[in-house]
This record gives sequence, C-alpha cells and structure tokens, in this order.
Amino acid sequence: MRRPSTTTRRTAATASAALALALGATACGGTTGPASGGELSGQTVTVAGVWTGSEQQNFKKVLDAFTEKTGAKTVFVPSGDNVSTFVGSKIEGGNAPDVVMVPQVGVLQQFAKEGWLLPLSEQTARSAGSTLAPVWRNYGTVDGAYYGLYFKAAHKSTVWYAPEAFAQAGVNEPKSYADMLKAGRTLADSGRPAFAIAGEDGWTLTDWFENIYLSQAGPEKYDQLAQHRIKWTDESVVRALTTLGDLFKDKQLVAGGAQTALGTDFPTSVAQVFGPEPKAGMVYEGDFVGGVAKDQFGRKLGTDAKFFPFPAVDGGKAPVVSGGDAAVVLKDGKNGKAGMKLVEYLSGSEAAEVWARAGGFLSPNKEVGIAAYGDEITRGTADSLIAAGDSIRFDMSDQAPAAFGGTKGAGEWKLLQDFLRDPSDPQGTAAKLEAEAAKAYGN
Amino acid sequence: MADTMTARDRARDRARAGAARAPADGRRLARRRKRRLAVVFVLPALLLLGALVVYPVLFSFGRSLFDADGDRFVGAGNYVAIVQDPATLKAIRNSAIWVVVAPTLLTGLGLMLAVLTEKVRWATAFKLVLFLPMAVSFLAAGIIFRLAYEQDPDRGVLNAAVVGVHDSFGDAAAYPTARAREGQGLTGSAGGPYSTEGTVRPGRSVSLGLIGVAPDAVPAAAKAAAAAAPATDGIGGVVYLDFAPGGAGVPGRIDAGENGLPGMTVEAVRDGRVAASTVSADDGSFRLTGLADGDYTVRLPAANFAAPYQGVNWLGPALVTPAIIGAYLWVWTGFAMVLIGAGLAAIPRDALEAARMDGASEGQIFRKITVPLLSPVLTVVFVTLVINVMKVFDLVYIIAPGPVQEEANVLATRMWLVSFGGGNDQGLGSALSVVLLLLVVPAMVFNIRRFRRSGA
Repeated sequence: MRRPSTTTRRTAATASAALALALGATACGGTTGPASGGELSGQTVTVAGVWTGSEQQNFKKVLDAFTEKTGAKTVFVPSGDNVSTFVGSKIEGGNAPDVVMVPQVGVLQQFAKEGWLLPLSEQTARSAGSTLAPVWRNYGTVDGAYYGLYFKAAHKSTVWYAPEAFAQAGVNEPKSYADMLKAGRTLADSGRPAFAIAGEDGWTLTDWFENIYLSQAGPEKYDQLAQHRIKWTDESVVRALTTLGDLFKDKQLVAGGAQTALGTDFPTSVAQVFGPEPKAGMVYEGDFVGGVAKDQFGRKLGTDAKFFPFPAVDGGKAPVVSGGDAAVVLKDGKNGKAGMKLVEYLSGSEAAEVWARAGGFLSPNKEVGIAAYGDEITRGTADSLIAAGDSIRFDMSDQAPAAFGGTKGAGEWKLLQDFLRDPSDPQGTAAKLEAEAAKAYGN
Repeated sequence: MADTMTARDRARDRARAGAARAPADGRRLARRRKRRLAVVFVLPALLLLGALVVYPVLFSFGRSLFDADGDRFVGAGNYVAIVQDPATLKAIRNSAIWVVVAPTLLTGLGLMLAVLTEKVRWATAFKLVLFLPMAVSFLAAGIIFRLAYEQDPDRGVLNAAVVGVHDSFGDAAAYPTARAREGQGLTGSAGGPYSTEGTVRPGRSVSLGLIGVAPDAVPAAAKAAAAAAPATDGIGGVVYLDFAPGGAGVPGRIDAGENGLPGMTVEAVRDGRVAASTVSADDGSFRLTGLADGDYTVRLPAANFAAPYQGVNWLGPALVTPAIIGAYLWVWTGFAMVLIGAGLAAIPRDALEAARMDGASEGQIFRKITVPLLSPVLTVVFVTLVINVMKVFDLVYIIAPGPVQEEANVLATRMWLVSFGGGNDQGLGSALSVVLLLLVVPAMVFNIRRFRRSGA
C-alpha cells in the first residue's frame, strides 16, 4: 500500500483531486513558537511530509518540543501524496525544505540516487545503531551511506476482529493460518462470514499476499522477490498464491463472495466488521484499522475491537510486514545544519514519546517506553513491532516501482483483483505478475 | 492562403508588365511593403501557434521514438508495444465503442428532444432543465454517477430502483444464508434445495439441522427447537439452527440454546413428486400428513434459501463502459438538443406548411423534410461530439473503480496512466497521444472543410 494514513481512502481519484485543492489552501504550514534563546535560536527548519489532519498536528507537537529545546523555529509544509514530485519541483525552484519525511523506501532510494540527500550525522547514525533494529537502518541506507532515519512505523500484520462475533461462534484467537481459516469457517457456521476483504483497493490484496509470502517463503526469498532477483513464476510465489486462493475461493470465508469484495473499499471493509450492521467477523490490515474503528464507529479498542498478529503460515515464522516514514536531510536546504540537529532529535526516544502520547503512532525505536502509548492495543502493536526485531520486512509493493506495486487498476493491484475474482489459476496469475514485474523493473 | 495570393499577384503582374513597365515598379514596391506588413501582423499568431501547438506535437512525436527514460532510441518500438499490449488494445476497442455509440445516441436523442420540445408549452423551461447538466463539471458528474451506480442498493440509487421493482414481484427468502451442516443427514449444494440423505417412512420423525444463520436473522418468534411427533400417516420432525451460541453444541444434535427455524417450507417427496408440504412452526417443528406408506425424501426447497436479489452490477467489467457512456449522455444531451433546436427554428416554415397541405403525415414530414433540412446541423453536432468523445477522460477516470479500470480505459485515460499514473513511460504515452491525434485529425479536417464551404 502507499500511504498507511488513518484517513478514509474512498474513491482515491476524487479524493486526491479534492486534496489538491485543499492543499492549495493550506500549503503554508504554521510557524511554531518563538525562539527561546537555545543554540539554534534565529534559525528556521523547514520540514515537508505527507501528513495531514491529526497526524500533522501531532507531528507539529514533536516540532514544538524541538523548538523548545533548541530555539530553532520550525515550519511544516504538507507535500501532498506525491512526495517525489513535490521535492523535485521545490529543489528546482530553489526553495527546498531542509528535512523531508519520506514514506516509501523506493522514494528514499530515488532521492539518494539523484544526489539530493546529505548523509546523516555521526551522532544520528550512532543513536540509530543502538536503538533501531538493523533492518530499519538498512532500509535507510543507500550504497553504504546512511540517509534516512526511520521515525514512524506502521504494523501491517494485524488481523482485527469483533470480539462479540468470536464469542458468539465460540472461537479464540488463532495461532496459525490453518487455525485462522478454521475459526473463519466456524464463524461462518454461526452466521457471520469470516473476512471482510477490501478488494476494490488493490493495496489491501498485496498486503495479504505479502504476509503469507513472508511467513511461508521466509525473509530471504521475500527480499529477493522485492528486488525482483527471483521471478514471480517462482514455485514459492505459486505456493503463496495457492494458499491465498484457498481463502479467496471459499464462499464462507469471504463476506458476500468475491463480487462483493471487489466492490468494497478499505473504509467499507472496516465498517463491515465494526460498523452498525456487521457483515463479517474479521478484517485484515495494518494497525490503522484500529483508528478507523475507534474514530468512525465508536469502538473501544481492546474491548469492542481487538486484533491478533497475522498468524504463521505452514509452520513458518509469524510475519511482520511494516512500513514507515524516514527523515532525510536535503543538500539544497538552506539550514542543513539545523535540519541535521532536528533529525538527531528525532532519533532519540524523547521525540518519539511526544507523538506516542498524542496517539496514532508507532516508533521503531526500542528505547521508547511502552508506557508512553495511550492504550493497550497500541502497546500491543508496538510491542509486537519491536519484538519482531530484524525479521521485519517492508511492504513489498512499496519497494516495487509504482507501475507494478502502486497503481490503481494496473500491475500487481489489478492482477490480484483478478485473482480474487477467479482464484482458480495461481500458476497463470504468477505468470502474469512476472510479465508485469519484468516490464516495471526493467530487468 | 498567402501562397495563392502571391501566385495570383505574380500572374497579374506578369500580364501587366508589358503595358506599363515603369509605373509597375512603384506598384510592386508598394505591394511588397504590404506583404511585409501582413507578415508582421500574422507573426505573433504564428509564433503562438508554433509554440503552443506545432512544437508540442512535433516534440511528442519525437519523444514517442524513445524509451521510458527518454535516452534510448527505440524507433517504432513504442508503436509496436501499443499493438501488442492487451490493456492498450482494450483502450482502443473502448474508444471505438465510444466514438460510434455516444455521438450517434446523442445526436438521435438531441433530435428527438428538439422536435418534441418544439411542440410543448413549457419548451423553454424544459430545455433549461435538460441543459443544466452542461453546467456541472465532468468531475462532479463523475462523482454523482459513481454513487448512482454503486452496487449496494442502500447507496446506489439505480440499484435501489432495480431491487425495489424486482422485490415487489416476489418475496425475499427467509433464510438466504442458511446451509446444511455437512455430514449430518442433509445433502445439497449451496443455495438449496437440501434433501435427506436416506429415505423416511411415514410414522418416523427427522431433525434437520442448518447453520449459517446469524442470531439476528432468526425471526424473533423462534422458540427452542422441539420435534413434532409424527402421525401414523405422516412424517414429523424439526428444522433447527444447529449452532448454539458460543459454539457449545454438538453438530447434528439439538442442544440447549438451539432454536427452531420457523417459516421454513418442508416437503415430502416420492418418485420426484411432492406428496405433502408444510411450513415449520415457531419451534421449528413440522408435520407432513396424508402420506401413503412408502419411502419418502424430506426436502427443504431452494425457495427457502434464495439469495436476495443484488441488482445490476453496473460497474462490473461487462457494463462499466455502457454505464459511463450513460453518464456522458446525461451531461451532453442538452447541448445536442439546443444546437439542433436552433437549426430547427431556422427551417423554412413554408416547406412544412406545404407538406402538410399536401397531406403528409407528421412522421413523413419528420423523415422526408425536417431531417434532410437539418442534416447540416446534425453533421456539425455529430462531428463535434466525435472530437469531444475522443478526448473523454474525467468521467472514465472517476467512475471506473480500480478493479475494472483497465476494462473501462479509453485512449486518453490509458495515455495518462501510462505516462504519469504510475507507469512513467512517457515514450509509450507520447506514442499513444500521436495515435490519438491521428484519429482526431480526419474529424477535424472534415469540420474545417465544412466551415469553409458554408463560409464561402
């Protein structure tokens, strides 16, 4: 998926059009507090990021804390959904922000290859080395240079369920994929289909596939596939597709059948489980499902809405697929030094705790006190994220070229949607995926 | 234009040269100055046209000969890719459908409405209402129709109407989600009918366990399941929900907390004929009576389980293009009607009067007089719409949901998606735009020819 935003993703096209307008209106972010005479007083750090709404407000709290500490003024500039275009045009216009929060690995690599980034300071690297699992550092490293500090993380291996449906059916949180399907069938017996699947949004389907693949084929194969060093026609891909197909083709497991699932977008799929007229018992997606269940349907997390980690498939390790926003410093920024300081500040647990207290945030930093998170559910996801340590893998479709892994109605999104419609031929789907991937990766 | 002018001038010059050589020199000078002045006046327009139209066209053509990054020359490679890529071929097919269907329907509709509105009293108000959608942007119209075409009848107004009409002809089944528990005596495929595996003789009773009914889908009147004792000439039994809350029950047995399913039709079948039929009571019990001795199958007919009517899948792969064309009609009908209406007003009345005097019927007048006289206007409307339809983008982009976007794509959307919407292959995109241009050119030439002829 592209943007693990907690906001609704209904009809992406129209929304983004509206967003473009809204951004025009709010393009000038607020300047925060006056300088209080710290070491950086009188300097202004400009930060660009995709965050809007409450995410933006909470991030501004972190910036305020930085201002308080150092005296530097901070300005947040919303970049809109397409960070790479935004930053490119800002650099060309001689108005580059100092720090950018980059939401995709691919974009970070692109920036580094364009030569837009400064390697992070020694201190940031040291503090990242001791607080982040190596995998997070690797995702921020390009050609041996450490450019991106992962500050915010998303946990995309959580299966959310309605506890009352589980109680009615008499099932417990499953520990394996097979158990999960069995629990799902019991749920269906009780009159509530198992899974709400948001087939209209292709990214939810890629996330399904990635979890199964990571657990079944293991992290090494996962990395190879993500970089297209093995082909999608690999036996492991066919196996994962077959496993996914077992779920897709079972009418008892997919709420309303494939046809309905293909007309269900992500917010609707959450509504099917946690809304006023529930139609399914479980919905798989990232930690942000909790936010939607809470904000839109008034569910109390931990009692009315719970999650269990995506279970292990075929005896593998339980997968943890993740994503996150990395802070990078631009070469062309006017206050690169102050920007460096900001990233140093973000690498500490203090900054993460500010946002953690505000909610809607997970930190990959293992020194962030678990008590800083506001509720039990978030503590649970944070715990599981840290516990996964080095076996975490980034969302594969986010690592792929956008033409393959991030375009509505094309590439992997489209092919997995076709697979949901007719899961009878995993082999054929794998072949089609390989054809598209070869085109997009160009190798 | 300029060329023919100068050629003519030169010819004239030559003709007069012999007669008056000396004064001709002065005149030639004056003419040359005039020509120079004309060039100066035309220059700004030429520059603008060159910069805004000619240069981009040539650039696109050049770009279409290079690969995605723009640094490797691939010759006609991108054009070959167009013909080989199934998604692009689908877009070409859709564009063809659009170009044939939309302008034809629109011109026809516009003609009909224009002729009809001429005869109604509130013509202006009527025309105004039909013209209103023209004031709605394609983006807004797209969002409106995206909602109208929604599959869920609670959200999509069209399906709400379709389902409403459908349901007024037949009642919805009581237990659409129910199914037999496998291996417990009932067999049948999903959706019913379900029959007992073995046969039953009168005087015996059977219990038929079903699952898959949500607690709130069981009628409120349902009571704890209890089997009815059979009469000597009949079969008794119970239809019940074989799923106790919390999953505590044993499959195939009536456990505490398991309710009967009232209102279920039960039949006794022998040799393919229904011998007796009844409906289960509140506790799920039923008695089939009046049966002669023999072997019967007890059957729950499919009517109990019929899935509720889902309405039409407007935005499915099959109907999405017609659905979007429908939205396009909504926007443009007013335009066609007003233009044709204007043409209609200009038709000489005496021709119509004369025909009427000669006893022509209204149908004959329409076919033999109105349409031929209107044909210049109809052609203009048709050709304008063809050009417009070629570049339709917003409606397709907004109305088609992700899963069927490929099935709905037209050349313009495909071009954009390939170049900017993730593919970032501007070489292939440029090739598509060149193809699009080549397809529009004939219509343009035709239109310009017409304008010039009518101007002359």
